[in-house]
Amino acid sequence: MADERKLAYVMAFNEAVKQQMEADPNVFCAGEDIGAFGGVFGTFGGLQAKFGADRVVDTPISEQAIVGLGVGAAVTGLRPIVDLMFMDFICVALDQIVNQAAKLKYMFGGDAVLPLTITTAGGGGLSAAAQHSQSLEALLCHIPGLKVVMPSNPYDMKGLMTACIQENNPTVMIKHKRLLGMTGHVPEESYSIPLGKGNILRPGKDVTIVAYARMANEALIAAEELAKDGIDCEIIDPRTLQPLDTDLIVSSVKKTNHAVVVHEAVRFGGLGGEIASQIQELAFDYLDAPVTRIGAPFSPVPFSPALEQHYIPDSKTIVQGIRDVMARV
Amino acid sequence: MDLPVDVQLDLHRRMVRIRLFEEAAGRLAESNRLPGFLHLYVGEEAVAAGVCGALNDDDHITSTHRGHGHLVAKGGDFNRMMAELMGKATGYCKGKGGSMHISDTSLGMLGANGIVGAGSPIAVGAAFANKYRGRGQVAVAFFGDGSTNIGAFHEAANMACALHLPIVFACENNEYGEFTPRDKTMAITDIVDRAAGYGMPGVIVDGMDVIAVHEAAVEAVERARSGGGPSLIEAKTYRFYNHHGVQNLGLKYRSDDEVAMWKQRDPIFTLEDRMIENKAATRDQFDAIWAELRAGIEAAIAFADESPYPTPDQIMVGVYTSMSGAK
Ligand SMILES: Cc1ncc(C[n+]2csc(CCOP(=O)(O)OP(=O)(O)O)c2C)c(N)n1
Ligand SMILES: [Mg+2]
Repeated sequence: MADERKLAYVMAFNEAVKQQMEADPNVFCAGEDIGAFGGVFGTFGGLQAKFGADRVVDTPISEQAIVGLGVGAAVTGLRPIVDLMFMDFICVALDQIVNQAAKLKYMFGGDAVLPLTITTAGGGGLSAAAQHSQSLEALLCHIPGLKVVMPSNPYDMKGLMTACIQENNPTVMIKHKRLLGMTGHVPEESYSIPLGKGNILRPGKDVTIVAYARMANEALIAAEELAKDGIDCEIIDPRTLQPLDTDLIVSSVKKTNHAVVVHEAVRFGGLGGEIASQIQELAFDYLDAPVTRIGAPFSPVPFSPALEQHYIPDSKTIVQGIRDVMARV
Repeated sequence: MDLPVDVQLDLHRRMVRIRLFEEAAGRLAESNRLPGFLHLYVGEEAVAAGVCGALNDDDHITSTHRGHGHLVAKGGDFNRMMAELMGKATGYCKGKGGSMHISDTSLGMLGANGIVGAGSPIAVGAAFANKYRGRGQVAVAFFGDGSTNIGAFHEAANMACALHLPIVFACENNEYGEFTPRDKTMAITDIVDRAAGYGMPGVIVDGMDVIAVHEAAVEAVERARSGGGPSLIEAKTYRFYNHHGVQNLGLKYRSDDEVAMWKQRDPIFTLEDRMIENKAATRDQFDAIWAELRAGIEAAIAFADESPYPTPDQIMVGVYTSMSGAK
């Protein structure tokens, strides 16, 4: 493909925001250090210079008020993008996210529209320790009223971020910190990927791997490794976790008869449990082995690289998990 | 300058220990020998030293993401600190916490904190427990100017005053939160203005003058210990390095002149010059102190280097306490 323009994951986010800000004067951004500094991960780089300080707002360190600003501005007709620097900080703003943003519409009898996008950065692998490395998506997916997306590559990032901004419900866009520099094909023109539509990242016939964000990439590596042994993996990246593309997952499992769900979050109470449960409810008769969940052990994220490298699942953990599943047959 | 010479030398020693630890950490980070984030306290030494110099060993402090200075000033051990920064099993937190969570509960240091503003409510809890037990201990919450914009700070300050707790709120106002200047994030210039809103006394001190910080701290700690309730101290100070690490990340958010002006007012050299001028100490004496403490930091780096990393079986250790709390 001659005109395959490549862009980094972080710039795909940036381009989606820029194009939507150009398209709709009601779109604005607010967050800590996102203005002159462009955000600590560079996600908002250049936007204040382009759109001015009224549309790209540096806020105080006030997570609750940042999300509240978004809720109030959204319900009165603007289309806010509010940034929480690290996913761990959603905990500081949980009332506004869980009790306000997610519920206003319903509590008002449907009579409110909240086109709010909350952006944040999750995941470990930077020795950033227990309060800067978490994957808390399950917490958000549990809340009726929120939509949650976790892109695994630059193309999906741009399309999903565009969809989030255009969406008329509160969405949480979770960037993965270890994917920020990942490059890949990203069209220049604006496009959106429907929320709730998963993607077959790799077609295969022997086992279905459901994996998202950084783990989708680890699954791709694992699949190449397993291919050498003749195990053909199909990788489903749901991309959006709430709503979840159950149909895509189930139809894959009906074909492969095996399923492994992988996430970086702690295994207990993680999304893997929900996905495994849906698979057994909808495809029980097709399964040749129990659905396996791969995730982090039940501890906070440790600081030392010597521990963290064993804590976060990777392609090797996935390879082992799949060998175990296939060995049961 | 009425402070006894031995007190001045004690404050000096605390500051030099912080400086040497932080400079060493900065050098190690620059040569990629430290994992994770590193927020250095260089430039702000007078605040931790001046306040902790007014505390007893069994008093409590809570800290921030910029926490090494607080632990050093409370008597932290270089070896265990350096080992923690390197993620070694011999570190204060056995490699689980790192720079941002460094702590020593036996010294009353209840942890650096990765969540801005989160330390202040915990200090309120420590102050509550101290009052409850009636042993005359006090708690100090160290916090940055930026953290006063978070709800947790407001709730903590109000509750401490409502419950009349033995606590000192010690603000390190270095004029920036990360890369954003204070005047973009609040409409007041002095953090101390907030104190009146909670009903506690507040003072501004020159945070580059350890004697001034110390005198204000002694008064506030005395007030807390004697049942007079909370106080707020705002120390005007400055960090000499970047928010994170040493380098400036290429973005100029502070002018060279501004940085140079503050460096001129280096809290350690200012004190040394003054003590020499007042014939309270000699240059040779200071040289000997630096040399002695420097040897300690070299030994700590060697200790940390030689220490083992924690083994993977340690991941699940320390999540819960296994002992029963039943009485
Ligand atoms: C709740 C929360 N929000 C944001 C951050 C990111 N962050 C870390 S330090 C910092 C600036 C803190 O400023 P200040 O309190 O003035 O302390 P200083 O760094 O100046 O010592 C920010 C925004 C965080 N760690 N926690
Ligand atoms: Mg500050």
